[in-house]
Amino acid sequence: METLLTAVPLLPLASAALLLLYGRNLPKPLVTGLGVGSVGLAALAVLSLVMQWQEAAGPVTVVLWQWLSVGSFSVDLALRLDQLSLIWLCTITGIGFLIHLYSSEYMDSDDNYSRYFAYLNLFVASMLLLVLGDSLLLLFLGWEGVGLCSYLLIGFWYRDAANGAAARKAFIVTRAGDAAMALGLFLLVAQFNTLNIQDIVEAASVAWSAGDTLPTLACGLIFAGAVGKSAQLPLQTWLPDAMAGPTPVSALIHAATMVTAGIYLVARLSGLFLLAPDVLLVIAVIGVATALMAACAALAQHDIKRILAYSTISQLGYMFLALGIQAWDAGVFHMMTHAFFKALLFLAAGAVIECLHHEQDIRNMGGLRNRLPVPFWSVLIGSAALAALPLTAGFASKDLILLRVWEVDGMGAWLWTVAAIAALITALYSFKLVFVVFFGDIQTEPSHQPGWRMSVPLALLCALSILGGWIVLPLSEVLPLQAEDPAHGAIAIVSAAIPIVGVALAYLIFQTRQLDVSAVTESGGGRWTAQYWLEGWGMDRLYDAVLVQPYARLAQWWRGEPMDRVVAVVTGAAEFIHHQLSTTQSGRLGRYVAVLSAGLILLLTLMLLRAFA
Amino acid sequence: MGPGMVPIEHVLVLAGLLFVIGLFGLMLRRNIIFMLMALEVMLNSAALAFVAAGARWGQPDGQVIFMFILAIAAAEVSVGLGLVLQMRRQLRSLDMNDAIRLRG
Repeated sequence: METLLTAVPLLPLASAALLLLYGRNLPKPLVTGLGVGSVGLAALAVLSLVMQWQEAAGPVTVVLWQWLSVGSFSVDLALRLDQLSLIWLCTITGIGFLIHLYSSEYMDSDDNYSRYFAYLNLFVASMLLLVLGDSLLLLFLGWEGVGLCSYLLIGFWYRDAANGAAARKAFIVTRAGDAAMALGLFLLVAQFNTLNIQDIVEAASVAWSAGDTLPTLACGLIFAGAVGKSAQLPLQTWLPDAMAGPTPVSALIHAATMVTAGIYLVARLSGLFLLAPDVLLVIAVIGVATALMAACAALAQHDIKRILAYSTISQLGYMFLALGIQAWDAGVFHMMTHAFFKALLFLAAGAVIECLHHEQDIRNMGGLRNRLPVPFWSVLIGSAALAALPLTAGFASKDLILLRVWEVDGMGAWLWTVAAIAALITALYSFKLVFVVFFGDIQTEPSHQPGWRMSVPLALLCALSILGGWIVLPLSEVLPLQAEDPAHGAIAIVSAAIPIVGVALAYLIFQTRQLDVSAVTESGGGRWTAQYWLEGWGMDRLYDAVLVQPYARLAQWWRGEPMDRVVAVVTGAAEFIHHQLSTTQSGRLGRYVAVLSAGLILLLTLMLLRAFA
Repeated sequence: MGPGMVPIEHVLVLAGLLFVIGLFGLMLRRNIIFMLMALEVMLNSAALAFVAAGARWGQPDGQVIFMFILAIAAAEVSVGLGLVLQMRRQLRSLDMNDAIRLRG
């Protein structure tokens, strides 16, 4: 079992190394075999781990070697498998394999085919290290590794300057959160002299009591890292721009796996976060605010990928809301179902985009229902799950979150109201997508049908998006859960009815056009709001004005070398004195003698005055 | 102080006058030979002051120093005259201001 566990991150890592070093010279089928096969083998290994899990008594730890040792502080390079990391392993390798398979067709005609698979494999390896790391340091290594791969893949088509800018933006914005997270890790090291996750949680529950300043500070800093990585307010601006990368990358990194690393971090350190109830409250409020704002922004987008990007931000907000109200299992469950249906939506959107000559604007799409049946059914099922219609996986998890939120004392009703409004808007925009793209009149004729390597992953993800809700996650041993099931009262019926109302509204507005909203959308305020939401609540403009422009101006100022002017005062003074003094070196002996005698007389006079005074 | 002896004050005033004459000669003359002569005058004025002081206190030190000064003056003149010859040869002039291009 230990060997199998070690092989899981090692397989994609080895394939990434091979492809990075020799990828250019390898024949294309071999590149495909390495890139897709390594992740497929890792998925098989994970499957076998799941089979053997029942036999294992508890968490499995594999210490590979001692990583570093400084004085009394040492870190082992150790992998640890428990139920929580097992769930992420299944998601990463399972969905990762499907997306790799899909990519082999999607990227087929790209010149940099092997570079693409090298980066994608490196990403999978980093993500696996992230969730398997026994210490926060190894987790941080994986954390930065996935950030690097995200940067490389967003800027994959680097010849377009806008893609490079999007990649840099993603890297720099998440770095702001990572810096805070590193500070949080330093704080933990200073307090407990260890980075082993189990040791820290145990020591913290002894040394700290709930509500102390130190756990609040540490959890706040670590949560800031999660905010950056999982694109929550106020660091969410990078994710919509990250859509510049290839669509399978958006599906794997920016929907299914990497952006849920923040969820994993908070769930993994749940024991620590319980000591900081204030931070948990902040997590819940940020989560629900992000869910609502991103849902509104998604409603106003025209680019199919940006709609999905904003909906990802919104769904991540739901997950953080669940974590914030200590419904840990609901948050992790929603992470898993979201990975199913969002990967499905992205891959289906990618298929549509590819079959329509890389058209991404939904206003130029329409009537594709009969033309592209596989993407149609995929988007329909994915949207149903995203909108959380009953009998889908999305319903199972999102409904659980809503019910748990309702039961929270004090803030519960408020949080529920905001989350319910966001759920309504979610249903509205996800079925707006379905109706606008697949119904109505044909706008752009598709050039071809997706092949089997794209259709099979779509079909499998369709099945998961419906059946995934019945998976029971064995989380009771690793997360501090409340035992009782949420009550099923009137609120359960209301929660279940909300998405249906949203879909009905979308049908009336975008399909039959019986409900005429042009009076609202065409008014001045409506236009302004739509434009404001289209720009993602103006956050980009705000950051541009407050951070980017002042920084650019500062850089411009420094380019003029202002420090040189300070140094120039010294050199200027030296030169001036030099010129003044060099005139005394006239070479005329008479003057030298005169000055010499004058000095002599002066000295003599002074000596005599002293002697006689 | 015996009869016929010159009082030391007179000698010192004479030495001072000689020194000032030499100094002004050095400052104002431009011909290098005259400058060397002015230097000789200054050295001699100093030597005179030593001899007078030695006589005043009845000590031989003044005359010993005089011998030293004489030797130094001779050495200085020999080097100086060598320079004069070179200057005459190189610059075709004895004016010190023509040697000004030697400055750094």
